[in-house]
Amino acid sequence: MTLESRELNPPSLLAQGVSLDPINEGTMVINMGPQHPSTHGVLRLVLELEGETIVSCTPHMGYVHTGIEKEGEYQTYMKAVTITDRMDYLSAHINNLAYSLSVEKLLGVEVPPRGQYLRVILSEIQRIASHMVWLGTHALDIGAMTVFFFAFREREKLLDLTEMMSGVRMMPSWIVPGGLRGDAPEGWLERCKKVMDELPYRFDEYETLIDQNPIWRERTQGIGIISAEDCYALGVSGPTLRGCGVPHDIRRAAPYCGFDQFEFGIPIGDYGDVYDRYRVRMAEMRQSREIIKQALERIPDGPINVSDRKVVPPPRYELDSSMEAVIHHFKLWTEGFHPPVGEAYVPVESPKGEIGFYIVSDGSNYPWRMHERPPSFMNLQALAKMCEGRLIADVVAIIGSIDIVLGEIDR
Amino acid sequence: MTETDVQAPAERIEITKIREQFPDAILEVNEFRGDTRITVRREQIVEILTLLRDDPDLHFNFFSECLGVDYLNVDDESYILGKPHRFEVVYNLYSLHDPRTGKGRNQRIFIKVGVPEEDPVVPSVTEVYPGANFPEREIYDMFGIRFSGHPDLRRILMADDWVGHPQRKDYPLGGERVQFPDGKYGPAVGDRMVQHPGESFFGKTASEIGDID
Amino acid sequence: MIIPNYRLGPIDLVTLLPYIAMLCIIGFILAIVPLLIWIERVVISLMQDRIGPNRVGPRGLLQTIADGIKLFFKEDIQPRAVDVRIYYLAPVLAMIPALTAGATLPFSTVRFRMEDGSVQTFPMVVGNVNIGILFILAMASLQVYGIILAGWSSNNKYSLLGGLRASAQVISYELAMSLAILSAVLMSGSLNLVHVVEAQMNGFWNWNLFAYPPLGFIITVIYLISMVAETNRAPFDLPEAESELIAGFHTEYSSMKFAMFFMGEYASMLVVSGVAVSLWFGGWTSPLPLLDFIPGFIWFLVKLFALFFVYVWLRASLPRLRYDALMNLGWKRMLPTALVILFLIACWNTLRTPQAQDANPVSEITMAPARAAEGER
Repeated sequence: MTLESRELNPPSLLAQGVSLDPINEGTMVINMGPQHPSTHGVLRLVLELEGETIVSCTPHMGYVHTGIEKEGEYQTYMKAVTITDRMDYLSAHINNLAYSLSVEKLLGVEVPPRGQYLRVILSEIQRIASHMVWLGTHALDIGAMTVFFFAFREREKLLDLTEMMSGVRMMPSWIVPGGLRGDAPEGWLERCKKVMDELPYRFDEYETLIDQNPIWRERTQGIGIISAEDCYALGVSGPTLRGCGVPHDIRRAAPYCGFDQFEFGIPIGDYGDVYDRYRVRMAEMRQSREIIKQALERIPDGPINVSDRKVVPPPRYELDSSMEAVIHHFKLWTEGFHPPVGEAYVPVESPKGEIGFYIVSDGSNYPWRMHERPPSFMNLQALAKMCEGRLIADVVAIIGSIDIVLGEIDR
Repeated sequence: MTETDVQAPAERIEITKIREQFPDAILEVNEFRGDTRITVRREQIVEILTLLRDDPDLHFNFFSECLGVDYLNVDDESYILGKPHRFEVVYNLYSLHDPRTGKGRNQRIFIKVGVPEEDPVVPSVTEVYPGANFPEREIYDMFGIRFSGHPDLRRILMADDWVGHPQRKDYPLGGERVQFPDGKYGPAVGDRMVQHPGESFFGKTASEIGDID
Repeated sequence: MIIPNYRLGPIDLVTLLPYIAMLCIIGFILAIVPLLIWIERVVISLMQDRIGPNRVGPRGLLQTIADGIKLFFKEDIQPRAVDVRIYYLAPVLAMIPALTAGATLPFSTVRFRMEDGSVQTFPMVVGNVNIGILFILAMASLQVYGIILAGWSSNNKYSLLGGLRASAQVISYELAMSLAILSAVLMSGSLNLVHVVEAQMNGFWNWNLFAYPPLGFIITVIYLISMVAETNRAPFDLPEAESELIAGFHTEYSSMKFAMFFMGEYASMLVVSGVAVSLWFGGWTSPLPLLDFIPGFIWFLVKLFALFFVYVWLRASLPRLRYDALMNLGWKRMLPTALVILFLIACWNTLRTPQAQDANPVSEITMAPARAAEGER
């Protein structure tokens, strides 16, 4: 048991005596972040500038690295779900869902229809809420201040739905392996319907503010262009990929949670620029609302959890009358369940792109390895390509348009 | 119809193709709940991924990710699940269907390479998939697996002067070096507690403190 | 309202008028800035469907005062590698020209009953000079030195970029702004702001905004755009773009030096708005003759706040322009348009030369400094 030798870890540039002063005559190196208002967290970009034109752009990250993947190896499967919330903190339900689907694949269980529908509703609510944050911050980066407050106003209503369901606004951990922690409370579905009825007017409102605005178009059209082929090779997924005209959506390509039963469109762009990504996400919010409306209409009655008591803890009322329930409850919350040896990966369409948990099971009650495929991390690789030859003002527009969350990049 | 013909549809076309091109490259094929994982020789990983990408029947154009796994059992220094090697690097490839060109099959495949502890080097696939850049750096950072031919192999998540690779199973877990008033260190988390090796602040690397065993 | 011309020895009220006006201008600007910030915050919060300041004082009215006191007592941080002299000079340069430019801005008239019983009207203006407009232009362009020097001396790359942007922006927009002002001069036939305002008396249809339709309107819009650009306000706030350059030129400034930049920004907003009011919207005159009983400075204030509201409105609704778009707008669209309009107005004036001679009526307003000079003689 030896630690890695020092040769593998060359000392930092500063320690080697290399100064970070201009690389070439005539260019200026500017350090953007980690404390910068529009790097969406603690992303640090080292930009080499010629005037205000970017010659090269190098992202540095890791400032909020919290070792979540390592942490997951020391939690039982049931408890590890709570730390998945913290990765992409804007789409916690979808992280939970991706994790739960992978664990369920390991276990070989399937959630009953009502659970599936609730998962669909929650994850689509979360998608809209995440896109709201994206819209607000993206617009704020470009300088349109009002959209931010409008978008957050509606996001608050969506988070209220999550709170009504789970008691928590942002880190619900409500979707767990085997189903959900609980059913929708009384009146939740009606309230959800009401919020959904209101949303289209709000979307129209945002678009009125920014869509036809010549300054907005001028700031976004033709900026940060990336081709579909580059997206494939770099592993760029999600709205960024769809902005290039590829109608690839995991909800359609590899349906999970019964997404194949819903009718929805996959919005695509034409040029793969910032504006197309903006349009794609705006259209996606409407499509998500359509999905929620369909799900609310068709949601069946019945159980929400897998009936296997070895996977899902018994409901509270059973504990009062059944000894087995008490034993199951105790065993599941202390020891947890033991999936068979194997590896599982289930891709899920998150607001950022393809998210999935690669879980290696050694047959014990702890995941041997829990790895998240971080869509923001992969999408960030496209940043350098998009930025080169652009202006500083474009960098913030491009960062906003690929919609990164540093909690997910650094994990 | 011979017996091999009956069995042929069961084997995935990827395996057949790789076997045709590189007869002895496949070490192990693992099927679990519909996913196929092919363990290949690590010397040939670049060629195999190039084949998977370029072959018109396979067309694995989308580089989903790659990740590392450490199979060390810290209690007895053996490798769990009977693995012959300590580490594995898993390449997660996807054949993405693009209706504009009609190519792609919406298939996913996992290619694995085993990496022994003594020689933790894997050929970098950044030439095949540029998107492997960040994930390979992350694997290097977290597991200490080096990728030969990688254009920019630096730590990505941990600090530049960090000591050790945190995702390794033998990476010591324990209390931070918190000085308590009575001169004792903070509480230990587990039995394997040693002092925290990775002081990342500039000028305070572990070697200078003299804490590396 | 007619005020008797009180006299104490050699000093009478008319002689004191410029000094009173000076006190008014400086006091007004310094006192109104907290109110303006409050108005901006409240208006923008209403536009953005949120509550806005409501903690200190009624409806948060004292919030800016509290902020000011906080800024006053903040530690005055001076980064290590700054160019000290220029670093301290810059905020002064940003604030003083803005205040100085108010010197030739007439904001009201006062009627005095003189010793001989006659009633004379005097403009409330510090320096009633014949080249008042040129003076304001000169001061407005001086103000950019504050920003450039702040960007340069801070020894911060973001500040430097902010300073560069400011210089480029001000150079581009000053051209369009000067041409717009020149058009107003052509319309009114005088470089003296008092005369310009006087030519727009007796009803809003006489305003330069509606003169030479539609040329007056277009050139007013051009002036308003370049006025926003000149004061580095959204959507032209590139030198201090929060989301790009963090705070641009004043990244490294804290405490009262930062407050001075802030004051300077608002003061120059007031001054350019005041110029706009004088040039296009009839200055202190009432929009309808039957409303003449309301004192001039109230009309001036109403128009000033209306323009300030436009500032806030723009800030709430528009995204920020990019550097190159800003240049395009300035050089390729506004400058040629302003040139053409200036040319057309000049042609128009030339064609009706006989009337143009009479266009400058004999002023009923007495030129206070001139009279004072005569009195001394």
